[in-house]
Amino acid sequence: MSDTQSNTIRFVAQTQIPPAPPPASETGPVKWMRENLFSSIPNAILSVISVAIIVYAVVSIAPWFIHSVWVADSLAQCREIDTGACFAVINERFNQFIFGFYPSDAYWRPILAFLLLIVAAAPVLASHLPRRLLAFTAAYPMLCYFLIFGGSIWGPLLVMASFPLAFYVFRFVNDHGGPLGGLLAAAVALIVWLMFIVDPLSGLIADLIPIGLPRVETRLVGGFLLTLIIGIVGIAGSFPIGILLALGRQSGLFIVKTICVGFIEFIRGVPLITLLFVASTLLNYFLPPGTNFDLLVRVLILVVLFASAYMAEVIRGGLAALPKGQYEAADALGLDYWMATRLIIMPQALKISIPGIVNTFIGLFKDTTLVSVIAMFDPLGVIAPIRADQNWNGIVWELYGFVALFFFICCFGMSRYSQYLERKLKTDHR
Amino acid sequence: MAATTDPHSSESFRLGMLLYDTRYRSVTIQIIALVLFMLALGWLVSNTISNLEALGKTFGFGFLWTPAGYDINQQLIEYQNTDSNARAAMLGILNTLLIAVMGCVTATLLGVVAGVLRLSNNWVVARLMTIYVEGFRNVPVLIWILIFAAAINESLPAPNAFRGDDAESSMVLGSMAFTNRGFYVPEPLFSRSLGTLDIGGYFGISLDLVLFVAALAAGIWGAKRLGAQATRKQAATGERPHTFWPSVGLIVIPPVVVLVALGFHLGYPELRGFNFRGGIHMRDSLIALWLALSLYTGAFIAEIVRAGILAVSRGQTEAASALGMRPSWTMRLIILPQAMRIIIPPLISNYLNLTKNSSLAIAVGYMDATGTLGGITLNQTGREMECLLLLMAFYLIVSLTISVFMNIYNERMKLKER
Repeated sequence: MSDTQSNTIRFVAQTQIPPAPPPASETGPVKWMRENLFSSIPNAILSVISVAIIVYAVVSIAPWFIHSVWVADSLAQCREIDTGACFAVINERFNQFIFGFYPSDAYWRPILAFLLLIVAAAPVLASHLPRRLLAFTAAYPMLCYFLIFGGSIWGPLLVMASFPLAFYVFRFVNDHGGPLGGLLAAAVALIVWLMFIVDPLSGLIADLIPIGLPRVETRLVGGFLLTLIIGIVGIAGSFPIGILLALGRQSGLFIVKTICVGFIEFIRGVPLITLLFVASTLLNYFLPPGTNFDLLVRVLILVVLFASAYMAEVIRGGLAALPKGQYEAADALGLDYWMATRLIIMPQALKISIPGIVNTFIGLFKDTTLVSVIAMFDPLGVIAPIRADQNWNGIVWELYGFVALFFFICCFGMSRYSQYLERKLKTDHR
Repeated sequence: MAATTDPHSSESFRLGMLLYDTRYRSVTIQIIALVLFMLALGWLVSNTISNLEALGKTFGFGFLWTPAGYDINQQLIEYQNTDSNARAAMLGILNTLLIAVMGCVTATLLGVVAGVLRLSNNWVVARLMTIYVEGFRNVPVLIWILIFAAAINESLPAPNAFRGDDAESSMVLGSMAFTNRGFYVPEPLFSRSLGTLDIGGYFGISLDLVLFVAALAAGIWGAKRLGAQATRKQAATGERPHTFWPSVGLIVIPPVVVLVALGFHLGYPELRGFNFRGGIHMRDSLIALWLALSLYTGAFIAEIVRAGILAVSRGQTEAASALGMRPSWTMRLIILPQAMRIIIPPLISNYLNLTKNSSLAIAVGYMDATGTLGGITLNQTGREMECLLLLMAFYLIVSLTISVFMNIYNERMKLKER
């Protein structure tokens, strides 16, 4: 038996065969390329075209960067040194790109304002910081105004004082005559204080105790500083107005709803540039005779109105996305409209709309470049005087490239942040 | 909100109920809102009136019929600088509509291609499209417009570079010249032209164009009828007759017949003196604006298309495969109809954005509605209020018209739930 068996079995493996490497076409970069680049004929053609485009772009742009000049006094000097890009212009005019024509001995003021902005924004963006920091956030706008535009400190301080004033008036009247009377009294006190008292009083105190910084005219403010001012004022100002408009549009009150819809659709239907024209030529007509606002203030007013219409639509989306049960549950608990809105609806609706809000901000940030059309010196507006300068006449790509890169970094960073927020805030289990 | 009243107490109406009774509160609030709104409006109007009086200005649209006195470099209809401001504004509006239509078409093409390619499993192409989308989306459109204008003005040859036997530059295909003053392309000419149709002496519409469009429309309508007939036959007998070549013939033959009958030929641009003559001159400002707007909006559309296709759940593709459908059918009959429902509304709002962004034409000197009505006419007549009102009204009408169509579309495409 054993003999026959040993005869019939010709071969028995004594050892295990070592694992062979996979075929060359099924491993490593070759397999990756086969699957990802050359999986079919159209794909292969596309790959070849794309690679050709990339190679062409790199080959034509790289020498420009490699032969770039960073230190020179004029374009002619740049051309003498090397053949490539003349980034010396960015180097020389860097301060103008950042601050516009802001006086150079006062650069510390916007820088300090920017650093304080980070402190002021921190409690809004990160929820685990102490809530008391919010008081600083509330005081920040006036502080920032004082730092950047200078003048006497008393005006901004008295405006800041209107918050506690309104609060104490509200509390006092609230104790004696109910919440509605309190609100009315606070509003009246605020208007009287801001319109009739602040101006003469601050002048009076300033005469007695002159404390202040040298005044800087607003038309000198430019560059990325201006972009930041317009962007941040626009988004901060549009937020409360946007919430009110969204609530108005969602409400069942016909007249309120009509007014809100009319406003939102009007603003969203016209280009921002026409609104900026309104700011630059028309807004003074609408105000009492004799009022003469600064161009920057007029632009800020229109930008806030513009952004709040878009903000309202974003928040309305958040309100509409809330399940109906949340509204009904709030009603069932016996909460009135404002309590339900404040405690139940808004926290959830705002959370849903955060990505949209960030997108609105990105859009607004990009739209700030339009102020260069009405002769304000944002980074894009700064380019015109530089190109008109005899030293730098004929320089184009470096300037546009630099500004474009700045906006790209800011906007790309923000859009990534909003995607991160979207992922982080996704707490539902749908 | 249910009104809570006690039926047993027969208390009469008190003033406080206006505020604290939910039956009356909404009315009270609305009346207060209306009054406040009217007061604010009245305040603004009275301010405006007194300000206008102080400046010695009047409010009226009479200036529209006075001579404009300036030239417009791109004229879609006849215009001299002695024509009225209204006609100048009309030219501007036509220029805006032209750039809007051109931009929307190219942006859609670019966006759909880029959006689909971004989803492709070809690594290089997908990355390249990501660079395109992120690069264009994150830089303000005004910068793009200026960059493209600079690219045309700085890097393309001047017309006189085309001069001579051994010129530095030559025309592409012998018929198109890309110069720093814009592109010169062949124009369609008709040797047996029907002339133009005057509408009230104000507009001229080329009858050749009308006839051509009519022939094309008739062809498409016929092809549609043929398709519908084939579908009916298929429903009745199960056999679908071949309709591809007949419908191609229906669409192509009538326009070709019209063209031949009218004596169609191309007029080529020629260098005469310092510039090109003949052909269609697409100005540098038009090209820069067109490229910038379509590339910028195309990047947004690419994202919309991508999101739309990704939003169709995978089960749909699998179900189609289980039914034995080919991949191309799956795309055409299952994925696209569902993706379109998601894609169309944001797509249209992007068309609106493009139209509104075309007002940035003023930065490169393209004479659109903002450049004429809100630019030169405004500055020359000093009628800020009237000009801006008209300008805003124009943009509002465009926006609202498109919104209305979008709402109708949404209503039709809404999932019919039963």
